[in-house]
Amino acid sequence: MIRWLALPVLLVLSVGTAGAIDARAPLADAQKQERYERMIREIRCLVCQNEPIADSNAPLASDLRREVRERIEAGHTDAEILSFLTARYGDFVLYRPPFTPRTWLLWLAPGLLLLIGGWVFWRVISSRAGKPIDRDWVDPAEDASK
Amino acid sequence: MWRFVLVPAAFIVLLGFFLVGLFRDPTLVPSPLINQPAPAFELPQLLEPERTLGLADLATGEPVLLNVWATWCVGCRQEHGLLVDLARRGEIPIYGLNWKDDNEAAIHWLQRLGDPYVSTAVDADGRVAIDWGVYGAPETFLLDGQGIIRYKHIGPLTEDIWQREFRPRIAALQQGRS
Repeated sequence: MIRWLALPVLLVLSVGTAGAIDARAPLADAQKQERYERMIREIRCLVCQNEPIADSNAPLASDLRREVRERIEAGHTDAEILSFLTARYGDFVLYRPPFTPRTWLLWLAPGLLLLIGGWVFWRVISSRAGKPIDRDWVDPAEDASK
Repeated sequence: MWRFVLVPAAFIVLLGFFLVGLFRDPTLVPSPLINQPAPAFELPQLLEPERTLGLADLATGEPVLLNVWATWCVGCRQEHGLLVDLARRGEIPIYGLNWKDDNEAAIHWLQRLGDPYVSTAVDADGRVAIDWGVYGAPETFLLDGQGIIRYKHIGPLTEDIWQREFRPRIAALQQGRS
């Protein structure tokens, strides 16, 4: 019963908040509106830190949306707007922080982990090289396709 | 067989990360404005709306505090007694920035709980607060006499924080000047 209700209820709730977030009319210039919508997804709300300002109901998020909107209307570039925000709130406001000595571990960790995984994989493979193949083993996928 | 070394080593490194993470407050975002000139502003005063309060009023040659507060902010209520106390002890001039608040409620608050501020500026639409990198009241900035931000505390002030974080910095500023 609950499961049947969950999806419609969630959908209705999400429509409600989506409407409430940005009550203001879209920017006249469609290209600017598109930039605005993209930028507010890139900026973190500092009150509720796991939300971009596009999704947050916090008063600060709405003030920051206004700031972004006005700056886009005034003809500022994306880089100018982001540097305005990072000068005041630090790199933490950006969902994609710049590559600096403080963040290199953050950026390089996935590649590093992949290298470590690859190295482990190679070690396992090479340690088994030259050992006899188990002829009785059947690939289940191949077996099913027959 | 050095998998017996590597696996525990990786585990200990991970444990170290988690241990450090336990003692950090992720809601505190360090301000990039420390040791930077404070952003200029000019806002009407709460009690005398025909007059303004600006950055020039805060750069008097003496260290001052700028306290960001609002009547909707619970932490501000917590620290208010201490601010009144600091003002009475004459420790440092305190200026207020009333952030996105209702003027009447703010005036009533000061009448009821005491007014520790030399003067309070009204930031009704929150623009100055954004300029100062404010994200959650209460926040307290320590400015040197030249209008440069020297320290910022996020969250309610306590006597303990005052003694530990503010007193030595104020003393150093006063010493550096004379």
